[in-house]
Amino acid sequence: MTGNMESATGRRLERVEESKSEAQDVEHWLHFYEQMVKIREFEEKANELYLKAIMPGLTHLYSGQEAVAVGVCEALRREDYITSTHRGHGHCLAKGASIDLMFAELLGKEAGYCRGKGGSMHIADPASGNLGANAIVGGSAGIATGAALSAKKRGSDQVAVCFFGEGALGQGLLYEVMNMASLWTLPVIYVCENNLYNEYTHYSETLAGEVTARAKAFGIHAETIDGQDVQLVYETTKRLVERARRGAGPAFLECMTYRYYGHHVGDISRTYYRSKEEEQEWRDTRDPLKILADRLVAGKLTDQSVLDRIQAEVRSEVEKGMQFGIDAPYPDKSEVNQHVYA
Amino acid sequence: MSTPERELTFAEAVREALAEEMRRDPNVFIMGEDVAEAGTPFKVLSGLVEEFGRERVMDTPISEPGFTGLGVGAAITGMRPVIDIMFGDFLTLTMDQIVNQAAKIHYMSGGKMNAPIVFRTTMGATRRSAAQHSQSLQAWVSHVPGLKVAIPSTPYDAKGLLKTAIRDDNPVVFIEDKMMFKMRGPVPAEEYTIPFGVADIKRVGEDITLVATSSMVQIALGAAEKLSQIGISAEVIDPRTTSPLDKQTFIDSAKKTSRAIVIDEGYEAYGVTAEIASVIAHGAFYYLDAPVTRMGALDVPIPFSPALEDLTVPTEETVFEMAKSLCRRN
Repeated sequence: MTGNMESATGRRLERVEESKSEAQDVEHWLHFYEQMVKIREFEEKANELYLKAIMPGLTHLYSGQEAVAVGVCEALRREDYITSTHRGHGHCLAKGASIDLMFAELLGKEAGYCRGKGGSMHIADPASGNLGANAIVGGSAGIATGAALSAKKRGSDQVAVCFFGEGALGQGLLYEVMNMASLWTLPVIYVCENNLYNEYTHYSETLAGEVTARAKAFGIHAETIDGQDVQLVYETTKRLVERARRGAGPAFLECMTYRYYGHHVGDISRTYYRSKEEEQEWRDTRDPLKILADRLVAGKLTDQSVLDRIQAEVRSEVEKGMQFGIDAPYPDKSEVNQHVYA
Repeated sequence: MSTPERELTFAEAVREALAEEMRRDPNVFIMGEDVAEAGTPFKVLSGLVEEFGRERVMDTPISEPGFTGLGVGAAITGMRPVIDIMFGDFLTLTMDQIVNQAAKIHYMSGGKMNAPIVFRTTMGATRRSAAQHSQSLQAWVSHVPGLKVAIPSTPYDAKGLLKTAIRDDNPVVFIEDKMMFKMRGPVPAEEYTIPFGVADIKRVGEDITLVATSSMVQIALGAAEKLSQIGISAEVIDPRTTSPLDKQTFIDSAKKTSRAIVIDEGYEAYGVTAEIASVIAHGAFYYLDAPVTRMGALDVPIPFSPALEDLTVPTEETVFEMAKSLCRRN
């Protein structure tokens, strides 16, 4: 192909292609926005259910961290695996879980993902590749790495993503499995969501040395990125997933992020470990939804009315899902000793 | 003349079960410390890597929680791993993965997921291995819903139960007495499996029931032989699996004999013996002529010195004496 082959028609076609791909891009990013809004709205309602004493127990809200779950999961295929954490609603939704079945599970109803037997911290949806949230900090590192081992043994090109918070960096299991993942070149991505707080303690009080140095010590490719920028999370993960899929081995991705609420919904008075000013600053200047929205509007890729419409649609979907969960029946008493053994 | 019965050692029976299941199902693989060329320190797995290669007989780093966790992840995504935990004492290192992860996945997911995985490990004292290599922790795992626990006492049972364990869709802890690996016994060459939850009456008797597990089965059989010499007929029953537990067989036997001793090499306090004794005491209460009695390991860390270690486990002699006293023969 040479320059003199170009014609006016050709250039016009090129422009059409460009605007088409731009339109696709816009749709693409609007979908990301919608997914993040979905998580945000879901968590707002989950909090409401707690505050109104409708939800049994406690739950750990993901608000503020949406860009990580969405950016990572959008870079995966449906059959790729994830393992999630106690703060897992965002991962589940981003990987394809449906809102109504999530609410049903949170409320202990039979229609829920786990027939009400798992609850907020154990939502599993193997149909969307979600091998389960886990209430043991770092507890799923073995499962994710084992799923990657299994994918390799079965000759599939599936990739596994292990989500965990920076609190899990204190758990030895993580280092044992990273060692094996590197030794055996397993297709697993360790996504460390560094939201700065191990429950009620700033991570600077619990963590020695550099986070990524720990992965690098095993010969694992490691990066730290801004976890509030969903486009960056997506592009980075996509690159790491492609790398793992072609057999280049595991990677470690630290995403700097922030949780808007406390460790769990009941952690309301928390100024003893972090200031209201700090929380407000993250909400004002580092909000992942706002960052993407501003960028799309400033680039004239969309306008506020489109974003508002998405927000309204998602809100109504979430409200319907919540109502579904509230209206759904509890499991029959005969369920209590079912599913102990397969 | 019939063909002489084929005999294998306990270790050979275990190896044969693994080899047969690995030939039958390409998803079965072994993972653990020094399982490949070394064949484990007990040489139970010798020869498997030569037949199946290092992809299916995988040496791991010394990372019990790590490779146990990998096994759980592989199991819930289509594989059937057999995880080798060299000494039962090291189960303590793997407890989160076995108890919180593997055992609960099926229930917590409302039946959507399951972990078909075998954790092979060992038990047993008197090997002069001291406190961290001699425990019999079957009670720990038998306590957890979602786990099955097999605890064979003969080469025949070891082979049949292990094949069942590998085919089971649940996590199974398979506990072998490391002192029995060289024990010989009949193992037919033909294919067979042994169902879980079916106790085996190792010796029929009338006067007292001896329920014994693993290493204690031989002890009970030895004691029964001695008891027969003084006119006491002992029935020896091996549960073979502590979970599921074949309660009815113990109850029926105790109803017949009116007396029972439960013997297991785990610690007596809160042990396997406590569970089985309670089953018998409840199920055969109106038929009993003596309190159901338990004999387990002495509740101390297993000492190194032979002079002390030998005091910690039931022996033919102590079981004989206990049975004699329960039958009021002094």
